[in-house]
Amino acid sequence: MSDFVLKVNGAHLHVSAPAEESLLSVLRDRLNLTGTKYGCGEGQCAACTVLLDGEPARSCLTPVSAAAKANITTVEGLEQDAKLSPVQQAFVDEGAFQCGYCTSGMVLCATALLRETPHPTQEQIVTYMDGNLCRCGTYPRIVAAVQRASQSPAKAGGQ
Amino acid sequence: MNLRDPLRDELAQHTIDDKPYWFRLDRRNFLKLFGGGLLVCLTDVPTWAQESGRTFGSHELPKDIAAWLSIAADGRVTVFTGKVEVGQNIRTSLAQQVAEELRVPFDSITMLMGDTDLTPWDMGTFGSRTTPTMGPQLRTMAAAARQMLVEMAARRWNADPATLTAADAKVTGSQTGQSLTYGELTRGEKLMKTVSTNVALTPATDWKIAGTAVPKVNGRDFVTGKHQFPSDIVRPDMMFGKVLRPEGFNATLISLDTTKAEKMPGVTVVHDGNFIAVAAANLSTAEHALSALHATWNVPTQPSNKDLFASFKQSSKTQPEDGGPEHVSGSVPQAMATAAIQLHRQYTVQYIAHAPLEPRAAVAEWANGKLTVWTGTQRPFGVRDELMAAFHIPVEQVRVIQPDMGSGYGGKHTGEAAIEAARLAKATGKPVKIVWTREEEFTWAYFRPAGLIEIGSGANRDGTLVAWEHHNYNSGPAAIATPYSVANQLSQFHPANSPLRQGSYRALAATANNFARESHMDEMAHAVEMDPLEFRMKNLIDPRLRAVFQAAADKFNWGQSKSTPQRGFGIAGGNDKGGYVATCVEIEINPADKKIGIRHVVQAWESGAIVNPDGLRNQVAGAIVQGIGGAMFESIQFANGRILNPHFAQYRVPRFSDAPQIEIVLIDRKDLPSAGAGESGIIGLAPAVGNAIFAATGIRLRNMPMASLDIAPKETASMFQSDHGTTQESLAYESA
Repeated sequence: MSDFVLKVNGAHLHVSAPAEESLLSVLRDRLNLTGTKYGCGEGQCAACTVLLDGEPARSCLTPVSAAAKANITTVEGLEQDAKLSPVQQAFVDEGAFQCGYCTSGMVLCATALLRETPHPTQEQIVTYMDGNLCRCGTYPRIVAAVQRASQSPAKAGGQ
Repeated sequence: MNLRDPLRDELAQHTIDDKPYWFRLDRRNFLKLFGGGLLVCLTDVPTWAQESGRTFGSHELPKDIAAWLSIAADGRVTVFTGKVEVGQNIRTSLAQQVAEELRVPFDSITMLMGDTDLTPWDMGTFGSRTTPTMGPQLRTMAAAARQMLVEMAARRWNADPATLTAADAKVTGSQTGQSLTYGELTRGEKLMKTVSTNVALTPATDWKIAGTAVPKVNGRDFVTGKHQFPSDIVRPDMMFGKVLRPEGFNATLISLDTTKAEKMPGVTVVHDGNFIAVAAANLSTAEHALSALHATWNVPTQPSNKDLFASFKQSSKTQPEDGGPEHVSGSVPQAMATAAIQLHRQYTVQYIAHAPLEPRAAVAEWANGKLTVWTGTQRPFGVRDELMAAFHIPVEQVRVIQPDMGSGYGGKHTGEAAIEAARLAKATGKPVKIVWTREEEFTWAYFRPAGLIEIGSGANRDGTLVAWEHHNYNSGPAAIATPYSVANQLSQFHPANSPLRQGSYRALAATANNFARESHMDEMAHAVEMDPLEFRMKNLIDPRLRAVFQAAADKFNWGQSKSTPQRGFGIAGGNDKGGYVATCVEIEINPADKKIGIRHVVQAWESGAIVNPDGLRNQVAGAIVQGIGGAMFESIQFANGRILNPHFAQYRVPRFSDAPQIEIVLIDRKDLPSAGAGESGIIGLAPAVGNAIFAATGIRLRNMPMASLDIAPKETASMFQSDHGTTQESLAYESA
């Protein structure tokens, strides 16, 4: 077991875990931050996406030791002063979910995309997010939500 | 001479009979645990038997309002239903219907769903039954409650109830102008009234809340991560469990060495009957303990995808449940003999996986002899029964709670994870969480049945169908009867031995039967040299199916452009479970590498009065996208009791780049009862794509999935191609 101080959503959180334990398991099972989802544990579905210094990462394949120095953003950290981020708001406005299990990963991935490319084309959205699975098949609405967020007057990025 | 009960047939498709576990719980231990006298004898009555005669067997639905809804002193309305929310949006659509009949604002309603201690018994959330059955049930209770509130106000004011109106959560005297809120009337007391079924309901033409695009009720909780799915449940002092899976299906344990795992600090090992599992304070330790178990297994030789379809036909001959021909009229052999054109074709569908993004998960907790389990399931009451049977405990000692889950698509009718967590929780004395890995979900859940379908048809030169014969081996009877008007017809479902555990899947066998039928209709249209839409309309009387065909064709401009070798247009349609669907598809074929892409889909849909057009569009569009998987590339590969592609890297599911341009045309029949819409939207896509491919290439693809699978990793691609039961020319697939 090793001791870590993780910077999660701006807070410093102390946690003991084996260095090789996945960031996903540390967030969910040790810190009770269950907004980040387990979908496959193999980096194949992106439900577990978090942002490390603003870059999307599969937390299921990221050892906690590799995330110890990064600013970690999870879906719980996007809301500011009880106000949804533009991407979150756009997902609500477009109804871009059915069961909602992929939504955390989708929202974070879209947040990273808009930080990199503030006004992406549909093709850019599809290419960037093609690794994120939605088994309910709401992809067209998610694309529409990202486009809506890109037109939002508020700043789209997370951190 | 239809000797079969269609409801029984359908319910049989939803029932997964095999029990995953038997525990070596001896009677003495029971008595110690539960104090004796509580053992109940459970009879293993199949679900369909409980349902036959629509009496729900011992499960009579409560007739008193209080069982279904309550109104607190502050006016908050709580509605109780055993149905569960799995992404199909019934938490919103049912609340809309209650708000409508009760005359209260939508946001005053809280739906309490799928909790076996708090909600009336329910068979389960499947078969598109929520909207046609639970909708009217709750509307009836809400309308009766409104009437009761009016009568309560009338008594308070000593007024004639006819002079009072109920609106906006209060009762108002039309002459006096005095009013009382519902909360003031009930003061939070239960609404004790027995309700008859003939309560007048508000017609859809008068709907103000139902019928509108109310957004998903708790949408905000999904974008903030606040919503707790079953796998997110955390209990104080909770442990994590892992189950040792056999090396293959039907394996027997030869030896087990638990010494190393048992020496690990804080680890509990359980070996009980055929159940071997570990629990520890955190997931890492539980995983280490699992890998420290040393077991050897004997896995018997078992079938593979190869020869699957021939085996279905062979084993169907010895099935006791084969009920004989159905939907018989006229004489098929006589009509076939004189038909100018005859076609006989075989179609196949492979096993596919539901692969819900949230795998099976459960948290179990025993307190004072009572077991509480939070789990993802479409049948919380069914899981409760499984727990009662597994642990030999009476109904009052089990509670199953189903938090809105990461979907199921028909794949979560069973309670494996619940039983596993409960067994470990019993051993450790602490709450235990089990979350299946993706590989476990791909292997140890159950699959949509594979099937072989044979269709024979005969037509006159003018395009009149005169004979139709449809045989489905193993995949199921859903939507097996042709909706077309054919004087001489026969359909028959032939149960067969399935080498894999199989069960319910979105739309059941309607996808397979409709793929075969609508592909065949296209073949016959070409054989009689008619436009595929014109040929269908010539043989179709059902006005609802005609209407969706026409609506889809109009929106698509069907017939305006002719198919070319690079661009094909296809049409297909059908109906099942009260939903009518027609689908037009445009596919593109890359002339360089011959890869197929689905570019544009127009789908028309009608399922009676629309309860929520936004939720309905979401379901219908989602069904199209999900349907692309089974149509083009999803296929479970197996051999000798093992799944060969139990990972998303090997089992491809639809992605962003697979989603074509989708246009949905909704037909709102306010004059017809609302039917469910979560399933049948999936049945039009595959045959429409196959028909479009034929229109472009002249190649007829009769096996689902239709694409040759160079999109899969190399090692599985070769198996896909060699294991089709019937030969199929090879066309690759590319994303949109």
